[in-house]
Amino acid sequence: MRKVMMGNHALSYGAMLSRAQVISAYPITPQTQVVELLSEMCADGTLDAEFIKVESEHSAMASCIGASVAGARAFTATSSQGLALMHEMLHWAAGGRHPIVMGNINRSMAPGWSIWTDQNDSLSQRDTGWMQFYCSSNQEVVDTVIQGFKVAEALMIPAMIILDAFALSHTYEVVDVPDQKLVDLYLPPFKPAIKLTPADPRAFGGLTGSEHYMELRYKLQKDMEKAPALIEETGREYGKLFGRELGLIDPYKCEDAELIFVTSGTAGFTARVAVDELRASGVKAGNLRIKVFRPFPFDRVREILAGAKKAAVVDRNCSYGAGGIFYQEVKSAVYGRPGMPPLFGYIAGLGGRDIMVDSFKEVAADALAKDRAEEEIVWIGVKK
Amino acid sequence: MSTEAKKEKKFTMTLPADELMACGHLACQGCGATLAMRYMLKALGQKTILCIPACCWAVIDGPYPYSSMDVPVYHCAFETAASTATGVKAGLQMTGDTETTVVAWAGDGGTFDIGIQALSGAAERDEDLIYVCYDNEAYMNTGIQRSSATPYGAWTTTTPVRHFKNRPKKDIVAIMAAHRIPYIATASISHPEDFVRKMKKAKDIKGTRFFHVYAPCPTGWKSRPEDTIKLARLAVQNGYFPLCEIENGEKTTLNLKLKERKPVDDYLRLQGRFRHLTAEQIAAVQAEVDSRWERLMKGCAA
Repeated sequence: MRKVMMGNHALSYGAMLSRAQVISAYPITPQTQVVELLSEMCADGTLDAEFIKVESEHSAMASCIGASVAGARAFTATSSQGLALMHEMLHWAAGGRHPIVMGNINRSMAPGWSIWTDQNDSLSQRDTGWMQFYCSSNQEVVDTVIQGFKVAEALMIPAMIILDAFALSHTYEVVDVPDQKLVDLYLPPFKPAIKLTPADPRAFGGLTGSEHYMELRYKLQKDMEKAPALIEETGREYGKLFGRELGLIDPYKCEDAELIFVTSGTAGFTARVAVDELRASGVKAGNLRIKVFRPFPFDRVREILAGAKKAAVVDRNCSYGAGGIFYQEVKSAVYGRPGMPPLFGYIAGLGGRDIMVDSFKEVAADALAKDRAEEEIVWIGVKK
Repeated sequence: MSTEAKKEKKFTMTLPADELMACGHLACQGCGATLAMRYMLKALGQKTILCIPACCWAVIDGPYPYSSMDVPVYHCAFETAASTATGVKAGLQMTGDTETTVVAWAGDGGTFDIGIQALSGAAERDEDLIYVCYDNEAYMNTGIQRSSATPYGAWTTTTPVRHFKNRPKKDIVAIMAAHRIPYIATASISHPEDFVRKMKKAKDIKGTRFFHVYAPCPTGWKSRPEDTIKLARLAVQNGYFPLCEIENGEKTTLNLKLKERKPVDDYLRLQGRFRHLTAEQIAAVQAEVDSRWERLMKGCAA
């Protein structure tokens, strides 16, 4: 069934089709429509789930954790300040190995108050142990929620499905809503090997001394390392059932490219238009959209960049005192590897400032004019 | 009936014999919180799940991979006893377990201070769980720092003798009563029959049930371990910690009527944390206890 819907509703449909059993959420702009639609679905019986209307995002994640350890499939959605308030519980969800799926609408961090998009909220959570999927279309949002549960439950690692505020959350697109029967085939009910039950009394997360703690974290990393292959495998399986393959990256005209943009989120689709226009004017450009940021797809990024003359990483975020966060990751991916192109780092679009086709043309002009990056950060469209 | 038979009847044990807490836990000698857990589990039985945030009990239960409990325990974040328990209950509900009692078990810091938001939220929604606050009147697990449950006059490591706590204890029972939840009870380890009776009663009520349990702490109160039950009993007898229950935030019942309330003096003198108090300051403690007692009596009469 094809349906016109906003990005936020795509998250709701993803949770509904995944048959989330417990939803616990707190409102924040620009996430509200996600939970509004879900609460309607729960109220009218479309979705058989407990909807907990908690008093904060911190409690939202805490109750998702409780539900998950009791053996239920749990979902929530938030944004920005709400995600930051959850921070402690994000570590808890991943450290406790609770496969919760959460939608996060990328919104800039205050102050000053901003409700518009950039990625500093989710990227500030990169070391919490969650998988992070950055989406570029509403179709991808629905599909990735469903895949997110499948991968999360296989690895017992939570997954964050991320979309840009307004540019995607409030933008209406045609979405092919997956058939429920096929989704049920793809994503069977959640049956954890151990759970909180009086039939098998166990203590979860007790005081853990230095003789055990490191092994628990080693296992988390080892399981994270299994994620890239699993995301590709389950992505192919998804493709067979629904006709859309899901992967770690989305390369566009990279095969013969002299300059490759490295992008994420909605800017990753804008970049494709820029690539076409640049190619029309004689510049062999390409675009590597990174969809999965955690685990970082090191191998795939290297494979794509290997043939290029230059690569320009465009970040909608900043690690203050360092630079663009995707730029740092791409640098670490190519470090010490022969045949890798010089990298250029750009920051654009903070606080919801538009990243336009012209922004990419500006990036291309800068990167093509230089032999190597002369500055750690080149700011695009900033009033200096 | 012979005198002997009468005597025998008098000593009939009314507490369930089941023990769901094993020895080998890590509590200090004379720990009131440990007895509180034991009595609660006697009342609730094995079909119980505990959510325990950071507090003494996070340690008492035993380190990974051990547990001194025969019921499942989820060790949750400090401020999340009520919100984690809410999620557990919802999860059980959705996976077909409608029988298990879900308990949030937190100390006074996790209840009066850092966890009060989640507790208030859960109570306002009337989540179907039992919340137990075992109150030892300070952050004992971290080394005796004051909490908003610390009473007037007490020494702690953050309220040294020269700057002892000069504000009264937060009235958590009144706060919870204002939420109009179905059941609130105070309980003391010195009165296990009353404790178990009320816990059994709570088990059969649906919605949010709140217990405020008095749990002396020899380590933090600078009292003798063998005085723990004596202190708890004195606190009940002098009106410092009256045993009562409140139904639907309105109907208040005093469970143990006192013909004559003892003065707080004896109770204070058994604890090193009050050693510095002058006669006037002890009179101030007495006045505060008296005024709280008056309020409770008014509540019972209403």
